[in-house]
Amino acid sequence: MTIASLIDTPSELTDTASSKTAIVLMTRIRLARNLAGRSFPGWAKPAQREEIFAACREAVAATSPMKRSLNITVGELSDLEKQILVERHLISRELSGAKSGAGVVISKDQAFSVMVNEEDHLRIQVLRSGFQLKKAWNAINDLDSALEEHLDYAYTPTLGYLTACPTNLGTAMRASAMMHLPALVISNQMEKVVRAVNQLGMVVRGLFGEGSDASGSIFQISNQTTLGESEEEIIKRLHSVLQSIIEHELNAREKLLEADAGKLFDKIGRAFGILQNSHVLSSGEAMNLLSLIRLGIDLAVFPDASRCVIDRLFIEAQPGHLQHAQKGEFEPSQRDLLRATRLRSEFANFVRPDFSFSNNSTGKN
Amino acid sequence: MANPLKCDLCAKPATVHLTQIVNNKVHKVDLCESCAQAKGVTDPSGFSLADLLLKASLNPEPTALGVRCEQCGFTQADFKKHGRFGCPTCYEAFKGLVEPMLENMHKGTTHTGKIPQRALERKSLYDRLTKLELDLTEAIKSERYEDAARARDEISQVKQTVPANRPKSAR
Repeated sequence: MTIASLIDTPSELTDTASSKTAIVLMTRIRLARNLAGRSFPGWAKPAQREEIFAACREAVAATSPMKRSLNITVGELSDLEKQILVERHLISRELSGAKSGAGVVISKDQAFSVMVNEEDHLRIQVLRSGFQLKKAWNAINDLDSALEEHLDYAYTPTLGYLTACPTNLGTAMRASAMMHLPALVISNQMEKVVRAVNQLGMVVRGLFGEGSDASGSIFQISNQTTLGESEEEIIKRLHSVLQSIIEHELNAREKLLEADAGKLFDKIGRAFGILQNSHVLSSGEAMNLLSLIRLGIDLAVFPDASRCVIDRLFIEAQPGHLQHAQKGEFEPSQRDLLRATRLRSEFANFVRPDFSFSNNSTGKN
Repeated sequence: MANPLKCDLCAKPATVHLTQIVNNKVHKVDLCESCAQAKGVTDPSGFSLADLLLKASLNPEPTALGVRCEQCGFTQADFKKHGRFGCPTCYEAFKGLVEPMLENMHKGTTHTGKIPQRALERKSLYDRLTKLELDLTEAIKSERYEDAARARDEISQVKQTVPANRPKSAR
């Protein structure tokens, strides 16, 4: 498979959104693995890196989920292609900046990706749309076991899987969920939620990980610790934290509707108007407007079937995807024009908002 | 341990005091205003206390600066600089540095998760094979031909259960 065909192929992330993905957009699990007796990528000499790279990518490509996969070195990717893969959460920013002897193997459906020579020799990732921690764990566990048939992992009984950074020791697993939490943001409760989640040993980040902002009211929640608990225990704990965040978000929505449904509907209606008519849209503003439309879908202002359109646009409004669609590289100010044009045409034929059902259901106005 | 009134990162007076409870254990970090800002503690979109603790625990002057990893040549100073280790063997070489760090960083200090069963079985077979091959050479050298024959038979037995292509990393 080539990078060009991969970019144009429907992906797990953009094409399976359903009502099941209302609050949790996607679930992701990654495992860090290293080969025994070999220097970690950041310390290995160039020749060693190349050797490790060759051994790992060969083993990865031989596994069954990676049949007809994209198997590519970082050097073979253009800057724009790297950006697109980052926006799809298939590679990390760190990998896209890597020197020689690094690359990625991505399955055809883009549900699996294995980065080679990022911070660790292997960063195995599985991505599932919606709230599917268990399924994601089973899938990645199988892939990991298949790799173990061919690779000797660095492992000790006390410290578990050995990783370049001691914060990843033990299971070397990071399980995360991407959550859409507009009502908690609108009602200024996010800070409180972040603090509570931190106290439970989980971390909250923005859409694109560490340091990224939470535009579009999308947050990534993941486990912070990896040693001292089994994978199943971590997943169970994360699951219950996510469950309680979902409840808080639903409560916050209820409260917003009770307190002032008109104000909330005004936000949604205005977002729709701007998306249909604006000519300049930054990526942050576009994300926030799309987030309001998505909230509208959850409140039955728009039909359920539109949710996957919004989830696709969340990604296609990102700079890399936008430039790819226009077949060129553009300055940020030009991109804002292109983005608005793109969204105007998407929303020209979008179903009009219908607030009557929601009005009746809340008994207001 | 650092003086609680001083910033864990830069030793200026600490004004931000942070407490996180992980597994009923209380973890405390004291920071000055500028470090708190720089580390994103005040950022509502979240920060990682684990990363912070990692860096903070690197700050007290290491007592055994001379330690080097024999496998890859990594030193404690390298770890201070990069925050990452050089190779898997470093965890053995820098045991004294790692162990106290883990208590603050993780829920426990012992792995209870997945075990790479197949890889471990393979490793013990390789180890056995290496030992037998050594025995064989020794036996031949000292003309103990009965022992040599026994070692040779055992080797062929073990080899039947081991995949032919012994991975490089196991050598």
